[in-house]
Amino acid sequence: MEEVLRVEHLMKTFGSNEVLRDIDFSVYKGDVISIIGSSGSGKSTLLRCINMLEDATGGRILYHGEDILDGSVNEDRYRTKVGMVFQTFNLFNNHTVLSNCMLGQLKVLHRSREEARQKSMEYLAKVGMEQYINAKPRQLSGGQKQRVAIARALAMDPEVLLFDEPTSALDPEMVGEVLDVMKILAGSGMTMLVVTHEMAFARDISKRVVYMADGRIEEEGPPEEIFGNPKSQRTRDFLSRFSG
Amino acid sequence: MTIAEMNFPERMLYILQHYGGSLAKGAATTMAIAIICTLLGCVIGFAVGLIQTTEPHKKDGMLKRGFLKVVKVILTAYVEVFRGTPMMLQAAFIYYGMSQLFGINLGMWSAAILIVSINTGAYMAETVRGGILSVDPGQSEGARAIGMSHVQTMLYVVLPQALRNIMPQIGNNLIINIKDTCVLSIIGTVELFFTFKSISGALYTYFEAASVTMIIYFVLTFACSRILRRVEERMDGPSSFDLATTDTLAFTSGLASYNDRTGGTH
Repeated sequence: MEEVLRVEHLMKTFGSNEVLRDIDFSVYKGDVISIIGSSGSGKSTLLRCINMLEDATGGRILYHGEDILDGSVNEDRYRTKVGMVFQTFNLFNNHTVLSNCMLGQLKVLHRSREEARQKSMEYLAKVGMEQYINAKPRQLSGGQKQRVAIARALAMDPEVLLFDEPTSALDPEMVGEVLDVMKILAGSGMTMLVVTHEMAFARDISKRVVYMADGRIEEEGPPEEIFGNPKSQRTRDFLSRFSG
Repeated sequence: MTIAEMNFPERMLYILQHYGGSLAKGAATTMAIAIICTLLGCVIGFAVGLIQTTEPHKKDGMLKRGFLKVVKVILTAYVEVFRGTPMMLQAAFIYYGMSQLFGINLGMWSAAILIVSINTGAYMAETVRGGILSVDPGQSEGARAIGMSHVQTMLYVVLPQALRNIMPQIGNNLIINIKDTCVLSIIGTVELFFTFKSISGALYTYFEAASVTMIIYFVLTFACSRILRRVEERMDGPSSFDLATTDTLAFTSGLASYNDRTGGTH
């Protein structure tokens, strides 16, 4: 299978605080990987390093074999290929729903207005938000905002989508609508890397689960193995807190 | 009836009848200087504020970093000096300094516009810096994450929101400028305050002339503050929005359909 991303010996320190210590893993085309772990284990930082929102302190991140950290790769071009969905949505407050989805297509991909609009409508329909194209972000609920944010990311035709705790800032009754959209995406073959606290989602949707602790990958494997028969004691302890 | 025999309202009326034209002209000059200089001040402020909030890119070399640092120091000095000294003295300093040091005799208009713009720019620079910092960092992360460059991010996402946030402060500056152009009378700019001084000097009716001029100043500033409030409302856009009619295009993807009843995708 085609390897899209490979993370090698990735390190990240904030001052003297080691957040990521020697992370190694690969993302293949069509992979749906859930990254689980307690707060502070470095999950979000890992995702932010992959999207270059944080500068990794050491190691390599290979995108189709090319190291994105050595300065030879155009950062902005790379980011159009590796989209990101944030915990806090980060929709542009000064733009309508439609304009949020069109802006990147117009300014970065230089698509025509017609094409950008058509693409936006297509993906807004996919997330069930096509009726809200004239709304401003402040007029939407959290779940609606997150669905628009997913449509915005999809409209750039990314190869990989990174989700940074996409449902953590939502009211419980809105979590479902966002997870539903993500399930559809996973089913459609999108390559996804999801940092999540939704264990049911991680178990049912992902092809692989990565459990992180203290900036390291403690255990990695198919969901039935991680959830059914975890090898590491730490993984067992972590998961037992969810089954209650 | 001589002016000495008149009562208060009659004197005010007399001033309006005889000096109405000069007052209108003075008011127009005041407004023109205030509006032009507030706009120019905004331009200066945005330029300075933008540079002040620019962090060097990690790939930038020593030369570029050093250059940015030097520019920032110069701009900080500009802001501090022009915020920290009276505009009346700045007017005298620039107007007479230009002629004494460089032999340039600035005309009334160019001197007035130069001084007030530079002064407003110094205040606006700090306002814009605050406006940019007030925009949630998530906004620029959202823009960077879809591949927008720093310039595009600033232009289409951060600055429009910063501008909206600092609109009340821009209004403040306009109102301050309407009143503070009166210090330009020191270099002979014939604006509203200068007109007041001429009238009161000619008629020896300080109280009445001051009353009339104050009313004019208040009408100007009050009108401006109301207009700016309307502009802010326009910028916010309507408080409600129309649901778009279901587009046939919307269902071509075939992956999901919208369920009206449950409001989710199934």
